[in-house]
Amino acid sequence: MIEATGLTKRYGATVAVDNLSFKVNSGRVTGFLGPNGAGKSTTMRMILALDTPNAGKVSIDGKHYREIHHPLRTVGALLDATWRHPGRSARDHLRWMAVSNKIPIKRVDEVLNIVGLTSVAKKKAGGFSLGMLQRLGIATALLGDPEVLLFDEPVNGLDPEGILWIRQLMHALAAEGRTVFVSSHLLSEMAQTAQDLVVIGRGKLMYQGTVDEFVTRATKESVKVRSPHLPMLRMALSERDVPFEDLGDSLLVSEMDSDGVGELAFAAGVTLHELSPTRGSLEEAFLQLTGEAVEYHAESGT
Amino acid sequence: MSLLAAERIKLFSTRAPWWCTALAIVASLGFAVVFIIFGGDEIPVTVSNTQTASSFGLTVILVLAVLAAATEYNWGTIRTTYQAVPKRAPALLAKAAVVSLWCGLVGLVIGFGSWGLGVLLKPDADLALNSAADWRAVAGQGLVFLFTGVLGVGVGMLLRSTALALTVTLVWTQLVEGLVFLIPGIGRDIYEWLPFFSAGQFIGGSLTTSALNLGELPLGPLGYGAYYASICVVLFVIGVVMNQVRDA
Repeated sequence: MIEATGLTKRYGATVAVDNLSFKVNSGRVTGFLGPNGAGKSTTMRMILALDTPNAGKVSIDGKHYREIHHPLRTVGALLDATWRHPGRSARDHLRWMAVSNKIPIKRVDEVLNIVGLTSVAKKKAGGFSLGMLQRLGIATALLGDPEVLLFDEPVNGLDPEGILWIRQLMHALAAEGRTVFVSSHLLSEMAQTAQDLVVIGRGKLMYQGTVDEFVTRATKESVKVRSPHLPMLRMALSERDVPFEDLGDSLLVSEMDSDGVGELAFAAGVTLHELSPTRGSLEEAFLQLTGEAVEYHAESGT
Repeated sequence: MSLLAAERIKLFSTRAPWWCTALAIVASLGFAVVFIIFGGDEIPVTVSNTQTASSFGLTVILVLAVLAAATEYNWGTIRTTYQAVPKRAPALLAKAAVVSLWCGLVGLVIGFGSWGLGVLLKPDADLALNSAADWRAVAGQGLVFLFTGVLGVGVGMLLRSTALALTVTLVWTQLVEGLVFLIPGIGRDIYEWLPFFSAGQFIGGSLTTSALNLGELPLGPLGYGAYYASICVVLFVIGVVMNQVRDA
């Protein structure tokens, strides 16, 4: 389990991570979602004690990362697939990591096999494609057979087959009871990979809970109404405290289904030209959510 | 022990250290042959003078040590290292230990190699190792190269960029030390305290001292050796402390 409380990281005047608290449970894949620059990578670096937070703390199974003995055997991470010496072979790269944490050398060949790099194990990592580097990075994460796994944008540069492979790998790891925390800026990808979500925007927590709940809540049904009597309809909706959005020539009513809106309109004597239920897309919901974060940020700045 | 083993794998799994090692030995011994054969009356073949060309090797070995540390920052593997060893200092100490031991070994090869070439090429010259100064000139190379390894790792860790660290060390060894001597008035006094001049004095830089007409020096050879070693260690310790504090 990973637990962050009040995590804050500033770079000069910029607040990269702002009082962030969340929990990542074991046995599930937890997606870490946010647009580019939201603070996902910074948060992951703080989990691994690469960066020191200005305030707050983050622990893994109750321990700070620096307190973990031979940490590669507890926490495996892929933060940046390009972190390798281009002149060193894939096998040597894994070998020094294994030796440093007293992981048996035969595990090196095992993980190379798992990620499908056995045939290029002795080739220099400088000649690897981004997809191969991602696989090498995943091999480094799996090396210590760790209970907790962190992946930062692991599907970058992978072909559809590779994406599917990673998705299945993460599900398998979580099914074994491990904690899997994976970041992405693509909601559609996370909806297929993760069971839980931590969503951040501008370094702030936007949502924490299950993916299903997020999708239902974020893509809640709304009803588009077009009418020549919009002012009367607005009044009727306001009296019932039904929230709506004014689109100029029409209204977008939420928290009331099309039956309800139709009956309300009839009771108010409003003629309807259009009454259409719409469901927002996941990406729209995500943009809306993080867009709010941007707005909020601008307000707090003034 | 496991950290030493990890750093050993790192050092010897890339090509640069092998190239640097070969270049250091070939350049030092090659120039030693030239000095011994063509030295003539100006450079008589003494134990100390067989070592004149070791400074070539020392510069290359400094590059090796700088690369061993600085490339870790360039390629991001220092972060992987800190992931494996989050307390950081033990990993940095292990790196310095492995790199400097290798450098020391290369220094011994160059020291005894240069002297051996002298014995081989000028059998008539008096090259017996029968004083402390003689032993310091030959075996002392091991110590000078070892501490130069510590220095290189320290500089690489402090500057955290291969290009920057290489530029600084090469400009320093090839230009700055020589130019300081030319500063009117105080140049000479500063020169007597510069690190590579000091390392040379430990080995027995009678040639430099007499050629530059330096006269009385502030420290003896052992004093200079200790002074050089402490510069190397201090720079390395500052590097470790900075790395403990900074974000990786």
